[in-house]
Amino acid sequence: MNTAALPHDEQLQARFGELKPALTAQAAVIEADRCLNCFDAPCTAACPTHIDVPGFIKRIASGNLRGSALRILDANILGASCARVCPVDVLCEGACVMTRQNRKPIQIGLLQRRAMDAFWASGEAVPTSAPGTRKLRVACIGGGPASLACAAELCRNGARATVIERRMLPGGLNTYGVAEYKLRAADSVREVEMIRRLGVEFRCGVEVDSAAALEALEAEFDVIFLGLGLGAMQRLNIPGEDGRGEKGPGEDLPGEDAKGVMNALELIAAYKTGHLRELQGTVVVVGAGNTAIDAANAARRLGAEKVYMLYRRGESEMSAFEFEYEHAKQEGVQFLWHSQPVAIQRDERGRLLLETVQVRQASGKLEAVPDSQASIACDLVVPAIGQSPLMELLKQMRGIEMRDGKIVTDRQTGQTGNSRYFAGGDCVNGGREVVDAVAGGKRAALAMLKVAEVARA
Amino acid sequence: MPDIGVRNFAGSINSPNPFWLASAPPTNTGEMIMRAFDAGWGGAVWKTIGEPITNVSSRYSATDWNGQRIMGFNNIELISDRTVEQNLREMAEVKKRYPKNAVIASLMVASTREAWHEIVTRTEDAGADGLELNFGCPHGMSERGMGSAVGQVPKYAQMITEWVKEKARTPVLVKLTPNITDIRTVARAAKRGGADGLSAINTINSITGIDLDTFVPRPNVDGKSSHGGYCGPAVKPIALNMVQQILADAESALPLSGIGGIGAWRDAVEFLLLGCGTVQVCTAVMHYGYRIVEDMAEGLDNWMREKGFKTIEDFRGLSLNRVTEWKHLNLNYKIVARIDEQKCIGCDLCHIACWDGAHQCIHLDRVSGPVDGHVELHRTPAVKEAESNASIAETPVTRKERAAAFAPGPYPTPLERIPRVDETECVGCNLCSLVCPVDGCITMVKVDTGLKPETWDERTRGAACVTQTQTP
Repeated sequence: MNTAALPHDEQLQARFGELKPALTAQAAVIEADRCLNCFDAPCTAACPTHIDVPGFIKRIASGNLRGSALRILDANILGASCARVCPVDVLCEGACVMTRQNRKPIQIGLLQRRAMDAFWASGEAVPTSAPGTRKLRVACIGGGPASLACAAELCRNGARATVIERRMLPGGLNTYGVAEYKLRAADSVREVEMIRRLGVEFRCGVEVDSAAALEALEAEFDVIFLGLGLGAMQRLNIPGEDGRGEKGPGEDLPGEDAKGVMNALELIAAYKTGHLRELQGTVVVVGAGNTAIDAANAARRLGAEKVYMLYRRGESEMSAFEFEYEHAKQEGVQFLWHSQPVAIQRDERGRLLLETVQVRQASGKLEAVPDSQASIACDLVVPAIGQSPLMELLKQMRGIEMRDGKIVTDRQTGQTGNSRYFAGGDCVNGGREVVDAVAGGKRAALAMLKVAEVARA
Repeated sequence: MPDIGVRNFAGSINSPNPFWLASAPPTNTGEMIMRAFDAGWGGAVWKTIGEPITNVSSRYSATDWNGQRIMGFNNIELISDRTVEQNLREMAEVKKRYPKNAVIASLMVASTREAWHEIVTRTEDAGADGLELNFGCPHGMSERGMGSAVGQVPKYAQMITEWVKEKARTPVLVKLTPNITDIRTVARAAKRGGADGLSAINTINSITGIDLDTFVPRPNVDGKSSHGGYCGPAVKPIALNMVQQILADAESALPLSGIGGIGAWRDAVEFLLLGCGTVQVCTAVMHYGYRIVEDMAEGLDNWMREKGFKTIEDFRGLSLNRVTEWKHLNLNYKIVARIDEQKCIGCDLCHIACWDGAHQCIHLDRVSGPVDGHVELHRTPAVKEAESNASIAETPVTRKERAAAFAPGPYPTPLERIPRVDETECVGCNLCSLVCPVDGCITMVKVDTGLKPETWDERTRGAACVTQTQTP
């Protein structure tokens, strides 16, 4: 995998050093020994990819580290990145039976990382079938976790899979959108490289944006998997935001925003790829989801003196995970609740003034509080109010039903209304975690293999 | 306040408490023993005195288990490497400074009457309160005709005990080796030889493990190893059984100093309940130091206070007659497992243990409703796991989803994960209660069978013809 697009940047590494230190070899064994080895374990059931958690943990305890990693990868080919980015509090560790005895849950995330780190260090390859032992050929559109998992599962079972990615590097949000202190872009790319070695073909920098392009894929492949993710981040739709025609500081994709406005995903991708190395002054992030927090923390680490998060509702309604909120507070991010932006102005020296208004709940709706206008002098406004659905390509596809901006699929198989099209990940679930995308991709791959098997028989 | 002192053990040995250090590295020198007495040990059996030996390096190895160090401990160290004079000079000093503590001399010399007579006299002149004949050392010394080479042959053990008794003025204890088919044969020989008491058990022949990189068993002495003597927590059940065998046998029974895996007051109480008069400790001290005796003494004192015992004699041996032969157990006594839904954490280890290790009577069918009866009616563990694997789980990303995912129910654990015991099938084996990680969650409850107590012995005594066809 060509990682020339990624900088080797010591400043970046210093500022975005790993959030949690790894377990030492002995600490991992002690923690692994603590695991009760539950039958039909709740942690495994809670994991969307159903990793055999006690299975891999007890292999760490026994000193079978290779077996441990392969056990993880068997269920979740992105086990290394999931070990770092999963919100384990609400998944495996949240389900750990220890908590019902007022005991600390087993540190499953850190143990998984221990197994995967040891696997990387060993230089071992993942065992796979020879590609082409099955006749099935699948194109996976989008290079994020869903497509990677789908393609890997197909290749491991002897089918052929090609991942088509519009950016220069595959990995999707794992490469471009996860806070660097959780998962380095380079580690995401390394994981993709492991998947390439399973036999997955990659076509990067290729946009599938027309009916003709789709038809060409339909001619070349038996099945098409849509791992499209979500579209661009939503705009604030306030005066002063739009800067269409100007060139933003983001990397390979031209921005549409005014100078001084950069959405959260652009900001994250820009610093991870070395296009944004420094911030100063005051940054206002609009929104209170997990991506908003990633952007706010990044702004702090990039040098912004003051970082505000502006949210139209209250603390108890923010969608970010508890631990993310706590982390943001520790990073020095300040929260402005019940506040909404109304316009972006510029003073004579070109500094931004974000005009805001207080809002309150009134008969199920938010309404502006009279005489509550305020303005925040700032240097960067970062909209982070969610991604819009990706509609453009989907309009080209016949027989694929959309509902609420999401592709409608059979829940168990990921198959769409068009039997040659399967889908998984954010474009189906509306935006969840990496592990959910992996699960969706894997389910779709297994279903495709089954369909192909039946067709052959 | 209870009195935990020991009086006139094996005739005339007194100590302020029943906790003695066993003959081993912690009792190597007078300086060490005096520090041990300062820490609170009631007595000490001096590291075996005899012709000085040369040791090897390394000498110890251990078995760790599940993250816990030294579940079992193994040594190939020999007896004292210091001269008899040096040891006895220090012994006299210790006795002078600590007259109330018991100092027992462990002895091992060549198997001649003269050698034994000489060492007995010299040791008693130094002030020892008693003698312990080391007939148990299982490594090294046995190759030279001493230690367990004596302890494994009843007639040698008897002969040497007789020689010692010809001279001894203080009580003579014989330390027994467990490396023998029936420990009672040597206990009886010692008793016939005139021993005043016994110490049991010595260490058990062992190889603790093998280094998987070098293929050399541990402990490694320049690429080779040798079997050692095993001790520590792992051997306690073996020691308790042998103690019970000795004390339940009239031809063996003598005042007994119990040894084997004692590391805390509970262990000590168990040995005392089987009839031991004192206990000896080594491995736990080698692991944690002399200081552990404080808790041992406090724990014993508290327990005696709680139970209303004023002296050790009040409870010594109370459990001895609770051990019987299997054929005298009541076949009509029935218990079944009960699971406390408020305590169950849903690990379901009882379910898998019962299915794979017992009698398939703990089921995960609470939600579908009880189904009593044979195995065929229930989903097997593999089916259950396959169902879970086929289920779709999603990360709860919104507050609403998280609230639903972690909503409290009537029990700490969702009902479908709380196992159900089919009491009609439960054989009352205890396995589930043993694997359950939560104290008091699974209890074994007595159920009335409506049958009168009946033992195998009683059932078969009147029906000899039946026993021909029934095997237990």
